[in-house]
Amino acid sequence: MNMQQSITVRGKDRYKSGVMEYKRMGYWEPNYEPKDTDVIALFRVTPQDGVDPTEACAAVAGESSTATWTVVWTDRLTAAEKYRAKCYRVDPVPNSPGSYFAYIAYDLDLFEPGSISNLTASIIGNVFGFKPLKALRLEDMRLPTAYVKTFQGPATGIVVERERLDKFGRPLLGATVKPKLGLSGRNYGRVVYEALKGGLDFCKDDENINSQPFMHWRDRFLYCMEGVNRAQAATGEVKGTYLNVTAATMEDMYERADFAKQLGSVIIMIDLVIGYTAIQSMAKWARRNDMILHLHRAGHSTYTRQRLHGVSFRVIAKWMRLAGVDHIHAGTVVGKLEGDPATTRGYYDICREDFNPMTLEHGVFFDQPWASLNKMMPVASGGIHAGQMHQLLDHLGEDVVLQFGGGTIGHPKGIQAGATANRVALEAMILARNEGRDYVHEGPEILAKAAQTCTPLRDALEVWKDVSFNYESTDSPDFAPTATPAT
Amino acid sequence: MRVTQGCFSFLPDLTDEQIAAQVQYCLEKGWAVNIEFTDDPHPRNTYWDMWGLPMFDLRDAAGIMKELADCRRVYGDRYIRMSGFDSSHGWESVRISFIVNRPKNEPGFRLERQEVGGRSVSYTTRAYALDRPEGERYADQ
Repeated sequence: MNMQQSITVRGKDRYKSGVMEYKRMGYWEPNYEPKDTDVIALFRVTPQDGVDPTEACAAVAGESSTATWTVVWTDRLTAAEKYRAKCYRVDPVPNSPGSYFAYIAYDLDLFEPGSISNLTASIIGNVFGFKPLKALRLEDMRLPTAYVKTFQGPATGIVVERERLDKFGRPLLGATVKPKLGLSGRNYGRVVYEALKGGLDFCKDDENINSQPFMHWRDRFLYCMEGVNRAQAATGEVKGTYLNVTAATMEDMYERADFAKQLGSVIIMIDLVIGYTAIQSMAKWARRNDMILHLHRAGHSTYTRQRLHGVSFRVIAKWMRLAGVDHIHAGTVVGKLEGDPATTRGYYDICREDFNPMTLEHGVFFDQPWASLNKMMPVASGGIHAGQMHQLLDHLGEDVVLQFGGGTIGHPKGIQAGATANRVALEAMILARNEGRDYVHEGPEILAKAAQTCTPLRDALEVWKDVSFNYESTDSPDFAPTATPAT
Repeated sequence: MRVTQGCFSFLPDLTDEQIAAQVQYCLEKGWAVNIEFTDDPHPRNTYWDMWGLPMFDLRDAAGIMKELADCRRVYGDRYIRMSGFDSSHGWESVRISFIVNRPKNEPGFRLERQEVGGRSVSYTTRAYALDRPEGERYADQ
């Protein structure tokens, strides 16, 4: 039970003209009990020196809902108390003097059904530039079942994606075509063919491959699909390549997506930078057209990486599951890009589970029901190679796309050999895991054994044996594994 | 060529001991194990013929290995795969699938290209084996 009392001014005094503290206007309600249908946001609030933390947190509630800087009489024409967001709990952030966790509840009527743009315009709108705050970060959100049900969710989902590809029981394998810029369509398709024939399931356009002077999009699509179909016939497996349809306008994107479909592609791709509305439009297109939709999170690190300011990637992952993409890049733990193991685990759970229990040590602050919304396939990409297969399987599990770009194309014996090395390493590890072996510790041994009958794997293990990316994470959880929530 | 569908096609063919270990893994997860066979290995041939019903409620892989042996006796010239089916909510589909028997000679697939609408190509994959009627496709092996 919270010992603090509401200090909200009631009656006609509440609406006297002038300026009033946010915490007295009804945005600080320490005894409020969130309803099951409320949207809840958890912010990390760092007030300017001398600003009362409670007032700062109340201001966040105010500025992300109904408030403006002064009292307005037109509030009285509305059910204002319902529409005010209510900060109901403020906790100091452990080991971080000057920062506070603010729990803020929003009535469901504040949001348009099924619109990420509308949700975000409130929650991360003006409030992030509010002067009395040094910094503000949206850490997590609880999206109530009632709101989740207004979204389509992933166009295809993990289960149906696997059924369409006829691939079960192991992570999928992919590679991003490199160099990411400069290849002609004809050369680009060569990489796709080699990698898929060698044993990968997917190839991928990079985020900034759209339609440039060195390769216009139609050329890329035509040559890539030649590669995909050749590889399919050579292996008897369903293969795919993420054709990036990101473009300047929705009309252009629809045109490219339609062409991809006409050519028989199983998957298309978009970039996060196209914006929430465009993402939702493409998710609906993908559902209507039996297409898997891959999302590259281009741009996210500009606002997800720093602990004090921005939006946590776990929130972006939740929004994207609602918005309806099938694949999302969610970190590798062991690769070259930011990703603390515990925090990454939290992201993966958000993508793949039907219910996320509050798990503070993974940075998950709320119970989150997904109400049978499709599952989203996380993608691990960036600086990973076959020699890490046991660690990847341990950290990331089975429902994930492991993307070895350099780790395929950089193989000393060529792209097919690189792809084969990755596939053999993966299958050997899955076999060993299922046999009950302690694959995490015996990993190097399992790989060495598999390499005895696979020269490409032997070469790969030799070339990349010393490669690792051990840097301190900039975004690790605030709570140790033993922590329990304050009551 | 070698059809590389399924979980373990890039490894040397599994021994019966290795297959039994994978089956045991499925049983311990509570999955039903299914044996299917076909002589049409097209990547989009979803419905292979079932060797009886999926085996629910078993504890020991031995019974399933006996079924596999029986299936091989009858359809040893064809592709046989085993799969584990998970009926739990939110999945309700196959969890693992791997080939446990394949024809000695795999002729592979022909890629047919039909040039349409300018530079576009309409692709079709056809198994060479399908030039012969069902049941006789790998019979001379």
